[in-house]
Amino acid sequence: MNIAESPLVRFSGVHKSYDGSTLAVRALDLDVRRGEFLTLLGPSGSGKTTTLMMLAGFETPSGGEILFDGKPITRTPPHRRNFGMVFQNYALFPHLTVGDNVAYPLTVRRVAAHERASRVAAALEMVRLGGMAARRPDQLSGGQRQRVALARALVFDPAIVLMDEPLGALDKQLREHMQMELKDLHRRLGVTFVYVTHDQSEALALSDRVAVFNDGALQQVDTADRLYEEPANRFVAGFVGDNTALDGRIAAVQPEFAEVALDCNATLRGRLVGSAVSGAAVQVAIRPERIALRDTTRPNSIGATVEDIVYLGDHVRVRCIVDEKTTAVVKQPIAAGPPPAIGARTHLEFPAEHVRIYA
Amino acid sequence: MTAADAGIENMRSALRRDARRRTAAALLLTLPLLAFLLFTFIVPIGALLLRAVDNPEIARALPGTIAALRGWDRESRPPAAAYAAIVADLQALREQSDAGTLARRLNTEVGGARSLVMNTWRALPLPATTDAAQVHAQLIGIDPRWDEPWIWQAIAKNGSRLTPDYLLAAVDLRRTVEGSVESVDADRSAFRRILMRTFSIAAIVTVLCLLLAYPLAWWLSTMTARRANALLIVVLVPFWTSILVRMAAWIVLLQSGGIVNQSLAAAGLIDRPLALLFNRTGVVIAMVHILLPFMVLPLYSVMKGIPRDYVRAAVSLGSHPLAAFVRVYVPQTYAGVAAGSLLVFILGIGYYVTPALLGGPEDQMLSYSVAQYANVHLDWGMACALGGVLLTATLLLYAIYRRLARMEPALA
Repeated sequence: MNIAESPLVRFSGVHKSYDGSTLAVRALDLDVRRGEFLTLLGPSGSGKTTTLMMLAGFETPSGGEILFDGKPITRTPPHRRNFGMVFQNYALFPHLTVGDNVAYPLTVRRVAAHERASRVAAALEMVRLGGMAARRPDQLSGGQRQRVALARALVFDPAIVLMDEPLGALDKQLREHMQMELKDLHRRLGVTFVYVTHDQSEALALSDRVAVFNDGALQQVDTADRLYEEPANRFVAGFVGDNTALDGRIAAVQPEFAEVALDCNATLRGRLVGSAVSGAAVQVAIRPERIALRDTTRPNSIGATVEDIVYLGDHVRVRCIVDEKTTAVVKQPIAAGPPPAIGARTHLEFPAEHVRIYA
Repeated sequence: MTAADAGIENMRSALRRDARRRTAAALLLTLPLLAFLLFTFIVPIGALLLRAVDNPEIARALPGTIAALRGWDRESRPPAAAYAAIVADLQALREQSDAGTLARRLNTEVGGARSLVMNTWRALPLPATTDAAQVHAQLIGIDPRWDEPWIWQAIAKNGSRLTPDYLLAAVDLRRTVEGSVESVDADRSAFRRILMRTFSIAAIVTVLCLLLAYPLAWWLSTMTARRANALLIVVLVPFWTSILVRMAAWIVLLQSGGIVNQSLAAAGLIDRPLALLFNRTGVVIAMVHILLPFMVLPLYSVMKGIPRDYVRAAVSLGSHPLAAFVRVYVPQTYAGVAAGSLLVFILGIGYYVTPALLGGPEDQMLSYSVAQYANVHLDWGMACALGGVLLTATLLLYAIYRRLARMEPALA
């Protein structure tokens, strides 16, 4: 295997337990590729932060090995790992100026004063905070503090930069702005970023690849589009993006596809994910924008009644009642024509190639 | 004026009215406390400071003499009018206690003045005469010491209702007969030494408290709030015991046959008992014990508010955990260190009972001298002057702290 293809970081069979009985992270096998922007995504308590902290060295795995550049670092103390880290609350040292904060990792590494000054200036320039070096952290806005934290984590040319929900404390507009800056910075520097968030839209917007965690286990690692279009299981389908899900049982299995008899007395055909035998309880899932509203019945469609319509500018969200226990949400682009009236009878067409059936 | 201007003017006056109403409400709500502070704190302290410069006895008893001595060079013979004036002034003193007060006050200035004044007062009244020379002769006839300059010098020096003498004496200075200020002889100086001793004991206690409290407070701050509160109660238990009981306990523990010495001897660390009592060691041990909570509490409250991410961030940036602690954590606790140290030091310089019970004569602090003058010598002027020195020192320290806090915002 040549160097460029070997992973920068490899988690090999890593697990972590805090109390000895429950596992915060179980049987984790994950590669971080050189130069990529990898996001660890999951709900709180899913193990994503624990994974990041094990990589940073603040938590020790209960088992397994973490390799950096092929060498085990499981027992390396955090200050010898040479990883940059950005914390959720920025953790800027309040008693130091912005410049001294950024210079901190350089003073620790005994970089000569003149070189230190030029590198600090360059790092602050990079995050567009040139001229702010004399300020104190409490004189900065949230976005500026975030950038100082970034400059501080990057100034010593770390091998990898770890970020623990760094944009969580910012308001929505600033967050979206900072996402663009982060992505731009990553492209320019080519440094490997490992990013933790619980916000799936942030993960999709930023990352080269996303690792989805739930309940301590890695669910899927993939690019944003594949994660969205081809979720590996029910959890990923439900957690990443909007999802319309219907319960049923397998009626017939074909190569790659299956027929499902829904609990609401209709049959749908879709792509079978994994394997299932006839009669097994399954979930039929589809992205709401893949469902088409039709006036007449079509192949692979079910009848429904329009319950509610929400206008959202670029699309309308139509909530339909299939039967008293089942509702289905449809996203219809504005360009697709006027939405049906509330209370109207409609037919929901499910294109079979976009329907995914999860065991 | 347009209608809009009038509207703005109306709004302004309404806002002003509202602000006045709020100020009045705030005043009304704090009035009871202000009154309480005024009568229990500000007025007594003011009276105490006045006492330190108050010198009423001679000015009240001898107004004529003082007037006659005005302009006297304090070396030559006093003017003849002074003899007549003192006879008149002394004759005007009806009660023996009035004469006694005057005699006692003059005697603190110069020895022998008491008998001179009382003998003279008892011999009065003199046969009436208007001839100044004759009055002089009669006075000398009662007591020839009236011809010596010292008694007149003492009267002239204390002619004013206010005197700096007590305050000067409290810092080992005195006024000469001519009115200039000089240091008292080295063998008679005491208060500067006591003041330095007071500060040095308070400083040692402060440093020891800081050394003991810092790790404890840090340990508490790493715990969950529940466990930390439970342990804080243990820290506070000494507060719930009477100070005398605690002193008695320390005497039992520290005496030469006490538990501490016995344990050390049993462990083979010492051959003969250490002197832990009735010396500086005992005073410092007991004061550290009493004052420790005042250091722990401010430190803990500051440390509790410091997120652990700071040290983690420093470590992730390549700092050794110990260096990260010193460079990143410790500076953020300066506010607690300053508050705790100030508290312990200021409380420490006012200590009285502990050195009195556990210290030797060379371990007594300034408060002991205050008590000595107030209770034993009944010299309220001196007691108040020493109290004033202590108060000034405390205020000065606080001012320095405020100055430092302005320069270093982390302290504020």
